[in-house]
Amino acid sequence: MKLKLKIWRQEGPSSPGKFVDYDMDHVSPDMSFLEMLDVLNVGLVKKGETPVEFDHDCREGICGSCALMINGNAHGPETGTATCQLHMRRFKDGDSVIIEPWRAKAFPVIKDLATDRTAFDRIMAAGGFISTNTGNAPEANSILIGHDTAESAMDSAACIGCGACVAACKNSSAMLFVSAKVSHLAQLPQGHPERAKRVRGMVTQMDNEGFGNCSNTGACEAACPKEIKLENITRLNREMVRAVFKD
Amino acid sequence: MLDSKIPSGSIEKKWTERKFENKLVNPANRRKHTIIVVGTGLAGASAAASLAEQGYKVKVFTYHESPRRAHSIAAQGGINAAKNYQNDGDSVQRLFYDTIKGGDYRAREANVYRLAEVSVNIIDQCVAQGVPFAREYGGTLTNRSFGGTQVSRTFYAKGQTGQQLLLGAYSGLMRQVAEKTVELFSRHEMLDLIIRDGKARGIVTRNLVNGDITSHTGDAVLLATGGYGNVFFLSTNAKASNTTAAWRAYKRGAYMANPCFTQIHPTCIPVSGEHQSKLTLMSESLRNDGRVWVPQKTGDNRNALEIPEEERDYFLERMYPAFGNLVPRDVASRAAKRMCDEGRGVGSSKLAVYLDFAESINRMGEAKVREKYGNLFQMYEKITDENPYKVPMRIFPAVHYVMGGLWVDYDLMSNIPGLFVLGEANFSDHGANRLGASALMQGLADGYFIAPYSVGNYIGLQKLAAIKSDDDSVKATTQAVKDRLEGFKKIKGNQSAETLHRKLGKIMWDHCGMARNEKGLKEAISQIKTLKEEFWNTLWVPQNDHCLSSEIEKAGRVADFIELGELMCLDALERKESCGGHFREEMQTPEGETLRDDANFSHVAAWEFMGDKPKLHKEALTFEFAHIAQRNYK
Repeated sequence: MKLKLKIWRQEGPSSPGKFVDYDMDHVSPDMSFLEMLDVLNVGLVKKGETPVEFDHDCREGICGSCALMINGNAHGPETGTATCQLHMRRFKDGDSVIIEPWRAKAFPVIKDLATDRTAFDRIMAAGGFISTNTGNAPEANSILIGHDTAESAMDSAACIGCGACVAACKNSSAMLFVSAKVSHLAQLPQGHPERAKRVRGMVTQMDNEGFGNCSNTGACEAACPKEIKLENITRLNREMVRAVFKD
Repeated sequence: MLDSKIPSGSIEKKWTERKFENKLVNPANRRKHTIIVVGTGLAGASAAASLAEQGYKVKVFTYHESPRRAHSIAAQGGINAAKNYQNDGDSVQRLFYDTIKGGDYRAREANVYRLAEVSVNIIDQCVAQGVPFAREYGGTLTNRSFGGTQVSRTFYAKGQTGQQLLLGAYSGLMRQVAEKTVELFSRHEMLDLIIRDGKARGIVTRNLVNGDITSHTGDAVLLATGGYGNVFFLSTNAKASNTTAAWRAYKRGAYMANPCFTQIHPTCIPVSGEHQSKLTLMSESLRNDGRVWVPQKTGDNRNALEIPEEERDYFLERMYPAFGNLVPRDVASRAAKRMCDEGRGVGSSKLAVYLDFAESINRMGEAKVREKYGNLFQMYEKITDENPYKVPMRIFPAVHYVMGGLWVDYDLMSNIPGLFVLGEANFSDHGANRLGASALMQGLADGYFIAPYSVGNYIGLQKLAAIKSDDDSVKATTQAVKDRLEGFKKIKGNQSAETLHRKLGKIMWDHCGMARNEKGLKEAISQIKTLKEEFWNTLWVPQNDHCLSSEIEKAGRVADFIELGELMCLDALERKESCGGHFREEMQTPEGETLRDDANFSHVAAWEFMGDKPKLHKEALTFEFAHIAQRNYK
């Protein structure tokens, strides 16, 4: 099939960007979206033109590197799917496809479609851990955690840190990302000693990085490739209230 | 003969002895020593965090934008540990023996025993960090089975075990970054190793965002840079996984051991077309409940559901009744290949076999299957557009892991003093075939529980002079990196590195893949030499390298893959026996199984870079504690 691509090209963080049109012929429906971009890039190199930069790595929806806004949807039209898992069979011959980077103040563009998401690392460093040094651990089965609690903590922990929640949010809020980590650790007994410090630290850092506030529209949940639930945000709010009463 | 510096004494006491013999560094002195860690996967992140906790100054480097994106994240099925929680006869001794046997008697006994020994500590450590392993209703940890074993010793977090373990190690690392004991350099790629007075003293990196070339010096360098499976272009590795850090160390004198030992994983989603950029694994854990089959008749074009039970050949269950669908990976891969060679492959390419869950869905219900494997089934459906709850999966073997890597001694130190190699990047523990769920175990064993002891011992033994940024060794290495990058720019051809990489991959898969023979390997070596010329005559990279440029990143990686590919073929040619994943067609049993030659090849082949003709060093493998035998999974 044939497609008309409109891709955001931007030389560097401080240069102005613009959309550039590319016509793609012979797109196979079995290709992944990123393989379609690979074909575009190989063609650009043949013509001596600079290829389009985009972040990607595992191409199986788990590393969280890929991050494209496709026709206004974070990771494209399919629910529960990272960009790398999107296949061209979801598009029709003759479609126009607009491809942009995540747009958020806290995720500055590095080049073309690649953005800097290190703000997430700094939020993690502000409390997204359990303070236990190597060698400290008690015997694993001495900590009992019920099956359902473990499964629920796992559902929160499944976040891949791609930033789609931020890109989809009109306020560029990182609440879904932060709440997923806070509620993963708050549901487990190992996470309890530091729960107040953790939630305060992570939320403060989130604010400092320039992410917006949460206004509960749920756009983040709809865009999340791992289908992380809004109830994590409820849990984060409860953790915040708890932390305040602890003081 | 190489000296692996294995402590003397009985195998149960070796590690305890070594830890006691080790020199210690006073806690107050540790902060005076800088340790450089390259890579932030399971091995790198866990080593960096653990060394920083001990008090060392750690500088950690990753080419990813965040440490959490390292490819350990993609490991699916689980992590082995000899906890014997299932009361089914497991022990350190049995995990040790399964690993040695699974590796077809080509691993170093003492290392493997230590790995089994510390496996139990890893689970404790990860649970303490909050890794949400699967649990029983009563709250204890649960297990599943993996190939090559008859016990249930694999701990898991859905089909995302690697993700959860890495996020655990990453959280420990970020905690140290916050403490300022670790300095993190993301989007920095190591392009060379700095050696001074014969010791590893630093690295040269390229800042991938602005192209700056910088040197970083310290007292020891730890490479935890993963495997080189992408030499085949198509593999289950992430797109950026590469050999450059290890290969640059090789070019500076570190030995590369058993480079031809490659793991071909039996259950991957088959190739769908020429645009294919990578392959996706379907976890080995699926073989707990999925049954592998092909039609009994050749050329049977009916779809799977139309083929009645009595006309199906559940070939693994037929050929290996004792282990059934859970034979080791190399055995399962070769059996699948044989079925396709016989013309009984399925799907449009006929290069696939079925992995069928119908019986399990009948037995335990779709909901239970979804709980155990939901994310894997979803991945399969996204890629193939078929629903595996309704029709069997189509799977085919693909390159997944490399057992080969930089040579290390018992202390995980290479032949270059001060250069340590951890995780998949080293060669040490899996012999000629790795058992499922053992890569995560080895990465974390090296990082949490072995390197922190051996690096301390090394530091304790040295009197290292300070090394400044204007030292001759630093200046010369930095200049060499710059010259090489300029070299790529001067070619001004018209092929992308990726196009050349695909050509290399085809040569490697055709001649150095699941089956190898003398004629093919010689042919491959000559084709690779031609490809190398083509690379240096036709490559195109952008002239501006002061910005993010994946073409420049790929150019260096592909140049190194081409050289490595040649060494792999040479190593495969020299090893005139079949063992584990290394199957020389000339050496097989009448049933088509591997035929080892213990008299001549019970050794590690460690190659030293010497220009055009690498030099072979050997480390003898002796088996004092494991009973050596022909592997038998029947």
